[in-house]
Amino acid sequence: MIKVDHDPPLLTVRGVTKAFAGVQALRGVDLEVRAGEVHCILGQNGAGKSTLIKTLAGVHRPDDGEIVWNGEVVEIADPEAAIALGIATMYQELDVVDGLTIAENIFLGHELSRGGFSRRSEAAAQTRALLKRLGHGNLSPHTEVGRLSAANKQIVSMARALSHDIKLIIMDEPSAVLDTEEVKNLFHVVSELTSAGIAVVYITHRLEEIRQIGDRISVLKDGRSMATGLSVADTPTSELITLMTGRAVENVFPPATPVPADSPVVLQVQNLSLTGVFDDVSFSVRAGEIVGLAGLVGSGRSEILEAIYGARRPQNGSVAVGGATLRRGSVVKAVAAGVGLSPEERKSQGLVLDEPIFKNVTLSSFARFAKAGFLDERRERAVAREQIDALGLRPPDPDRPALTLSGGNQQKILLARWLVHGTRVLLLDEPTRGVDVGARADIYVLIRRLAAAGNAVVIVSSEIPEVLGLADTVLVIADGRVLNTLPASEIDEHGVLDLVMKGTAA
Amino acid sequence: MSEQTTRVETASADAAPPGPPAEKKSGFRRILSGPVGRNLGLVIALLLIVLVGAITAGDTFTSINNVLTILRQASIIGVVSIGMTLVIISGGIDLSVGAVVGLASVVATLAAVQDFVDQTHWIFLVIVAIAVGVGAGLINGIVIAYGKVVAFMATLAMLVAARGLAEIIANRRTLVLEDRGFINFMNADIIGVDMLIWIFALVAVAGWLLLNRTTFGRRTVAIGGNREAARLAGIDVKRHIMWIYAISGLTAGIAAVMILGRTTAGTSTHGTLWELDAIAAVVVGGTLLAGGRGTITGTVFGVLIFQTLNNVFVQNNLSSSVQAVAKGVIIVVAVLLQQRFAKPTGRGD
Repeated sequence: MIKVDHDPPLLTVRGVTKAFAGVQALRGVDLEVRAGEVHCILGQNGAGKSTLIKTLAGVHRPDDGEIVWNGEVVEIADPEAAIALGIATMYQELDVVDGLTIAENIFLGHELSRGGFSRRSEAAAQTRALLKRLGHGNLSPHTEVGRLSAANKQIVSMARALSHDIKLIIMDEPSAVLDTEEVKNLFHVVSELTSAGIAVVYITHRLEEIRQIGDRISVLKDGRSMATGLSVADTPTSELITLMTGRAVENVFPPATPVPADSPVVLQVQNLSLTGVFDDVSFSVRAGEIVGLAGLVGSGRSEILEAIYGARRPQNGSVAVGGATLRRGSVVKAVAAGVGLSPEERKSQGLVLDEPIFKNVTLSSFARFAKAGFLDERRERAVAREQIDALGLRPPDPDRPALTLSGGNQQKILLARWLVHGTRVLLLDEPTRGVDVGARADIYVLIRRLAAAGNAVVIVSSEIPEVLGLADTVLVIADGRVLNTLPASEIDEHGVLDLVMKGTAA
Repeated sequence: MSEQTTRVETASADAAPPGPPAEKKSGFRRILSGPVGRNLGLVIALLLIVLVGAITAGDTFTSINNVLTILRQASIIGVVSIGMTLVIISGGIDLSVGAVVGLASVVATLAAVQDFVDQTHWIFLVIVAIAVGVGAGLINGIVIAYGKVVAFMATLAMLVAARGLAEIIANRRTLVLEDRGFINFMNADIIGVDMLIWIFALVAVAGWLLLNRTTFGRRTVAIGGNREAARLAGIDVKRHIMWIYAISGLTAGIAAVMILGRTTAGTSTHGTLWELDAIAAVVVGGTLLAGGRGTITGTVFGVLIFQTLNNVFVQNNLSSSVQAVAKGVIIVVAVLLQQRFAKPTGRGD
């Protein structure tokens, strides 16, 4: 670790912690950013990067620790306070208003006006100057933002930051939506900013980008700082990956039962393609087998699961369950064929939150308990209660609204739903997201049990060790393509990240 | 993987064996969570209005005859509101109900004066009115579910078109119905209670059963509560939404039959602005405009509150303008109270 003390740092973060409803997102983060540098923050999904950014942007308030700005301890109460200090943030999902023009977006919230009338020409002139500074003098201030490409929207977002007097700009994975040429321009803009003395906090998954523009790196893992202010030039890639992946908390995986050699293929995916999302995906899953899709967010993993399930309609390719080809883009048919999905966003896609546990458990199968269209809630409750006991779902009250349950127990509802319905193929998207470490072990045991019962299981997770620990076979995915298919025992986390990062760069 | 620890202790609190069940509800809480308690605010509001009526209008207000008048006046809009309740719980809205009542009344009257109907039974007229209602509802449903048109716009278009079509068919005249059999049946009473009130009661009970006891109702609440979750659970959301609007059309058709019985005439102006009365009754009855939660019982109370209020005003010779202002105030107060007290744990009964 290199520390040079010539200038007092612009921003110092010491021991910041933050918990949300019992989930500890930040467990002690340190950061030191100097004026005019590009400071990269590296970390896996769930490492706490987003929470850290939002803490600096005034969206979240830290539970503990301090933030020192220009030598003074500050409290960033809200986003306006952050802007007033000179901290601007460019979020991944850009916060521009599509219906307004570029100039209107840039001065949104601090409109130039005199006596209540907006000064449109003045705003346009200033906008032109800002765009020119960002190397986009060709854009007209009067263009509607909704008509711009993602790259140009990013420019607008950046111009908006610069319209305030800022000293630090935080960029959350700005290159994720850009093509190679646009990334080049982004880097050009970044160096423009730093030469004007503005500090850039740059968040990315892509190591080669850090090599190109980064000055120093801080690494986060599980909400903790693993390293602060490493010099980009002096730190080998392998050391960075080790810092990112070294596990503080051991994941607990149940023992794998080998899939019998004569086990039949249950799920057959052939040449599945959806333009711009994923391309030519083929694999098969046998009864009792767990196949894991490993890849970064945005690699197309979730979309592949949704296409298999019929929730998205692929352009090409076929999905067959037990030899019978499913109708493309029909969830109803997939469910009837015995396919179950536990979706990525449990709350918005999985549960009817106001409804009680038992109705959520039987959401796919309540018609089966009905006679002539009339529900049999007593049987539904009894069936749900069986699952509650079998899965250790807490609280064990079938009438409790799903809303009041923890993430782990909500996940158990979704698994119980498919246990009650009966499946041959189970698609699990991020089954442990938002689930605390203790409850994860339960989920892992359940997934194994479901496989052992003869299900073909496909699992997607941002946590590579989870994929490796659960799956029998791993598909490494980047940019919607399957880079490699191999037994989970033949690859480790390091290897997967290596493949993914090379694949993304290509 | 070999280097992963393979400890499978279920040590977490999540996995602990079931402990003591959740705390027993106290008697008071049980009353509050019962069907009466959940509508307690509505019961109180209705009682207050009744009290005001009894004080200001005395015996004329509290007479059996007056109670029956209130119920009779509530019955037709009440039937429409039952269908509207299902639509709103599913997360939609149906602005076309009033216009569909007008259209169905005109078409049915016209059908009734045809010679061959004269010689058949008046039940044919009922079937025609209901068919027109269901047909219009199905069109709404198909346009909304499969055409992906926002419910507000699709049913607004139906409102305008159905009203226009009714005017064309009726040629802007009031068509008089002369089928004595039908008129006698609709104006008969059973044990002293009007036929219209019985029909309302029947539709309300059917609506309650449909919402609370059938797979149809379960799907409706699930779709209104979280449409994406319902879809991903394997529910055919589009088909279901289509049928929900068909049911709203069905209740509009039944309402058309009722108003034909009461006025013995079909006209394109029947049901004007009923969509707003129905929506007001549903929302005042505690159904969330956003969908996912609502009750038939609440809607019945909502309808009764407005009709009783109406009656109190008439008894006191107050103008309908004053009444409209009071109605507006009630709607706002009801929605404010809903926001204040609506708890996420609440459920439809």
